[in-house]
Amino acid sequence: MKARRLVMVAIQSIVKNLMRTLLTMLGVIIGVGSVTVMVAIGQGAQDQIRKQVEGLGTNMIVITPGSSSQGGVSRGAASFNRLTTEDSDALQRGGFLLSAVSPVIMAPAQVVGGNGNWRTIVQGVDTYYQLIRDWEVSSGTFFDVSDVRSKKKVAVIGATVASQLFPGSDPVGQRIQLRNVPFEIVGVLAEKGQTAEGNDQDDTVLAPYTTVQTRLAGRMFIAQILASTSSPDDMPAAQKEVAEILRETHALADWEDDDFTVRNQTDLAETAEGTTQVMTFLLAAIASISLLVGGIGIMNIMLVSVTERTREIGLRMAVGARGSDVLVQFMIEAVVMSVLGGVIGVAGGAAAALALARVTGWGVAISPETVVLALVFAAAVGVFFGFYPARRAAALHPIEALRFE
Amino acid sequence: MKHAVIEANGLSKVYGTGATEVRALDGVDLDVARGEMLAIMGASGSGKSTLMNILGCLDVPTRGSYRLDESKVDGLDRNALADIRNRRIGFVFQVFNLLPRTSALENVELPLLYDRSGRTVDTRALATTALDRVGLGDRLHHEPSELSGGQQQRVAIARALVSEPAIVLADEPTGNLDSRTTLDVMALFQELNEQGVTILMVTHEPDVAVYCRRVIELRDGRLIRDEPIVGRRVAAEDSLVEEVA
Repeated sequence: MKARRLVMVAIQSIVKNLMRTLLTMLGVIIGVGSVTVMVAIGQGAQDQIRKQVEGLGTNMIVITPGSSSQGGVSRGAASFNRLTTEDSDALQRGGFLLSAVSPVIMAPAQVVGGNGNWRTIVQGVDTYYQLIRDWEVSSGTFFDVSDVRSKKKVAVIGATVASQLFPGSDPVGQRIQLRNVPFEIVGVLAEKGQTAEGNDQDDTVLAPYTTVQTRLAGRMFIAQILASTSSPDDMPAAQKEVAEILRETHALADWEDDDFTVRNQTDLAETAEGTTQVMTFLLAAIASISLLVGGIGIMNIMLVSVTERTREIGLRMAVGARGSDVLVQFMIEAVVMSVLGGVIGVAGGAAAALALARVTGWGVAISPETVVLALVFAAAVGVFFGFYPARRAAALHPIEALRFE
Repeated sequence: MKHAVIEANGLSKVYGTGATEVRALDGVDLDVARGEMLAIMGASGSGKSTLMNILGCLDVPTRGSYRLDESKVDGLDRNALADIRNRRIGFVFQVFNLLPRTSALENVELPLLYDRSGRTVDTRALATTALDRVGLGDRLHHEPSELSGGQQQRVAIARALVSEPAIVLADEPTGNLDSRTTLDVMALFQELNEQGVTILMVTHEPDVAVYCRRVIELRDGRLIRDEPIVGRRVAAEDSLVEEVA
């Protein structure tokens, strides 16, 4: 008997019991649908985090003061601050793998100007900061090297600060006061959005670090040093180079631990992505349980169906169906039902995920891999749970089956 | 002598062993020539169903040899028996056994779907021809529930004929039909027999057996009678008589 005919027989039987078929498929539809929604949400979250991490800047290395441990005892980052502009100068001179270096000095300040005042963080940075963070200006320009050298009182403000103080007008050329020191706004930064931790990156004011150090912070220690390499492949070597230079400038003996921490954004990204990946797996695992229940539903109905159709099976055998023909027929019925349920489930799940995205504003992502995987799972459920009932049907004896009441 | 389509020697079927042994069939010899119309009679428990199952290759004898259409049948496995049923035997049952919610045409096509002989056949055309032969050429797309009992049995007969089998085995084919329809169905069997179809029919009604050409009777698993029908009746004529009366 040709495979095409077996498929035909199975499909005939499915179509002729439409109601039963639909109810059987419902379990698989819900199972596959929920897996699709869950994975879509998980992957959406992963995508969002990746985008945010990439938004931090390309090939960025972050150097923060304080070591994570000393002699095996953790002291916490920034347990004492020993990063200075001398360190960043040393890195700029000696870091051959580094394409850009910028110190970051943080000073919280009340910004006064334009419409009123606004509490924000002023960051004293070098001009390279723009390159490292890969941050465009939407209006005006970034301050330049001569501004930094001459400690000019110029500032580039973030989009949030701009919209708070100067709604609807271009702040470039306007004056603001930072801790009563007047600054001229030379540029406005393009919007960058939130970090993975939920901090608004646009709520900031950038000024030359020299100016901030002398006018606002009044101290030599700096919060962090940012650096970047020209290629991601240089990252490991560059981190090692940074550590060597800093140990030298800090005059650390061999037995002493680093009094600084060097991280790169790939580490950050990996940590964050790892977390969401676990979450995605967890969600998918929970959703898989409903798929399992759907599979048991299929087995249940198929067993009932085999009993109900015992005479039909007997007749088919009497007119020449082999045991294998009956087996294959019932297997095809189970697989067609589960795959069909899978298709409807994926479509429904995708629609639900998109609706959810629209309502909640969460990012969702439906990848082709998810769709294929869901369908393969559905088919596997059909094969697995369809086999036992099909075996029972195929093992029937034609005489007893025909006599069955 | 005409060619024997069934040659059975010493067919026995024993269920159980030792003290609980039951001989459902006990050394039955039977030759059936091509073109015969044979009635198999006997009380219930006489072994006629067992004989029918063995002749229909649904069951295998414990002892004895069975040749169908000149090829050996005893000793074959399940799959080989299924293939023989598919190509050489047409079944007609008391309860019709049609697939519900399935058109007459698809019901008749059923045996052709399981044909492994590899001959590429237009199953639809063959099924249509078979339904024409039983006078249901205008009911191709009716489902069993839309057909009368007599018509349903005709569909079942068409299904038995569609693969051009060596024998048609009918198990109490008129058991579920009224006397009027019984005559119609018997007339059809006689007509098919005139066209050369070999028919074996299990029945316990002498009224039905008189339309056959030969009758055998079983009791306790043994053949106790094997004789030609004397005064064979023609169902089509009786049908006319009944209509007048």
